Amino acid sequence: MRQTLLQRLLVTLLGWGVALLLFFPILWMALTSLKTEVGAIATPPQIAFTPVLDSYAEVLARADYLHFAFNSIAISVGGTVLALALGIPAAYVMAFHPTPRTRGTLLWMLSTKMLPPVGVLVPIYLLFRALGLLDSRTGLAVIYGLMNLPIVVWMLFTFFKEVPGEILEAGRMDGARTGAEFWHLLLPLTLPGIASTGLLSLILCWNEAFWSLNLTTAAAAPLTTFIASFSSPQGLFFAKLSAASTMAVAPILVFGWFCQRQLVRGLTFGAVK
Amino acid sequence: MATLALRNIRKSYLSFEVIKGINLDVADREFVVFVGPSGCGKSTLLRMIAGLEEITSGDLLIDGQRVNAIGPADRGLAMVFQSYALYPHMTVRQNMGFALRMARVPKQERERKVAEAARVLQLEPYLDRRPRELSGGQRQRVAIGRAIVRNPRVFLFDEPLSNLDAALRGQMRIELSRLHEALAATMVYVTHDQVEAMTMADKIVVLQSGRVEQVGSPLELYHRPANLFVAGFIGSPRMNLLPAQLGAEVGDGVMVELRGGERLMLPRPSGPVQPGQPVTLGIRPEALRPDPAGPLAGEVRMVERLGGLTLLHVGLANGQPLIVQIEGSDPTRAHTPIRLSIDAEACHLFDAEGQALPALHQHPLAA
Repeated sequence: MRQTLLQRLLVTLLGWGVALLLFFPILWMALTSLKTEVGAIATPPQIAFTPVLDSYAEVLARADYLHFAFNSIAISVGGTVLALALGIPAAYVMAFHPTPRTRGTLLWMLSTKMLPPVGVLVPIYLLFRALGLLDSRTGLAVIYGLMNLPIVVWMLFTFFKEVPGEILEAGRMDGARTGAEFWHLLLPLTLPGIASTGLLSLILCWNEAFWSLNLTTAAAAPLTTFIASFSSPQGLFFAKLSAASTMAVAPILVFGWFCQRQLVRGLTFGAVK
Repeated sequence: MATLALRNIRKSYLSFEVIKGINLDVADREFVVFVGPSGCGKSTLLRMIAGLEEITSGDLLIDGQRVNAIGPADRGLAMVFQSYALYPHMTVRQNMGFALRMARVPKQERERKVAEAARVLQLEPYLDRRPRELSGGQRQRVAIGRAIVRNPRVFLFDEPLSNLDAALRGQMRIELSRLHEALAATMVYVTHDQVEAMTMADKIVVLQSGRVEQVGSPLELYHRPANLFVAGFIGSPRMNLLPAQLGAEVGDGVMVELRGGERLMLPRPSGPVQPGQPVTLGIRPEALRPDPAGPLAGEVRMVERLGGLTLLHVGLANGQPLIVQIEGSDPTRAHTPIRLSIDAEACHLFDAEGQALPALHQHPLAA
């Protein structure tokens, strides 16, 4: 069907509208972080103002940003590596050697995401205390990895499903055992999918706040706790809070910007044949 | 090269048995074709030989050694898939060299063997292309090349020509036969196309519902089908099958009476004959010919003119349809009455269970 100029214009406008709507809070946060504390709470809100970096200076002086940032990176990467290490073999078996129970298992895995995390907070807290994992990067990486495992397995499963089984069988006939089959055939064929699964897992880990706030205090605290530490009960300092938030989300935003082609390709992989 | 032996091979999915006890020997350098309608288990059987499907019970022997528990990677067999299953991320060269790479063959030797196979299959100009840049026929060659390079003990083919157009299929048939001769290789080939089976096989195995219906050379199956299923499956156009009744024996012959009352004198079967026994009379389309004095009367309903052959679709007086194949371009027109005579020597008789009543004399080529 050919679109008229008007239709194209409408679709373009709608697209920009939705994008701006989604992006606006982040934009507003970035703008607020450049205002003075007084300017940040002014009504009506200031549109034109002289940007100042006072809030950033104060945030950096009050807390060790790099420490939190390092924790975020270590925990996100650790959790993602763990999720992929467990998820790839699981998805491989489900995609290429399915049993009558495979569908059910997949649904069950997904259903665990419907349970509110707070429901298992106490048992996990007690377990972590007993194992000495409270406020440790290892502990949080394990939680993040397991938390994302259902999504990782689902995504990998759909990507693996796209690979014709006969290609792997041809590999087996050519003398490839399971390791070689994965390394020389499945991995190169599904690398875009595995990469976008990893990216999504990284983003989810980076943004996770519930477990990090409850299971860490200082040593292993990632950037989400760094933000939370700036919302004090004495009253909110919006400029400082915005500055901290901007610094916390900036790395993942930049990362996402660079990987967006990969992400979009991965997320629409199964839909378009 | 190698021999294959199947000893009472069975395959079940849960409680559903799809391969019901198959015994078969494949001799060294033999070209064996499994043929049968879809769902007869021929592909499953091939995949069991390959090691891609588990064998539920029975023994599979390669060169006399039981290989049931050996994985596909270690059986030393090569397989060409219906979908070709080329590795899409590798060039033709890498596709063909993959098995050698897995076997840790030194790079120089690998290159030499790939170049040799590419020469045989006329793939040299395409060695650095990827599969998606090739035509169907070229992909097919790469799939065959991938199998040849490794010098396998046995070649397995799973309907390799079914995705090609008719002209290319005919060409590849000849090429595969030539390859079989040149490589002096043992080959097992699965197809549902009886023309492929007839033209390429040393030995055809006709399968139905997981059982072997008959094993034999192409002409043996054609001239001496063991039962109604094989009789109807092998040969194109199909053998005409007419319900009939045995009459009295006359010397070396026996009278056969058709439903419409027509009486034919046929050679007596070698076994005992009971007058009144219900039988099925099988007549190949080329064993019928128009003859004003013939015993069968009917009407031509439709004529198919293929140029070199003419097919007459005839309805007998009792409504029974018959196909008659005549060499050359026959002038017979549709909707005209016709009388047919039969080549009595080329007729087949089947008992009520569908088993062939063995003929006293056999076709000289069907030994």
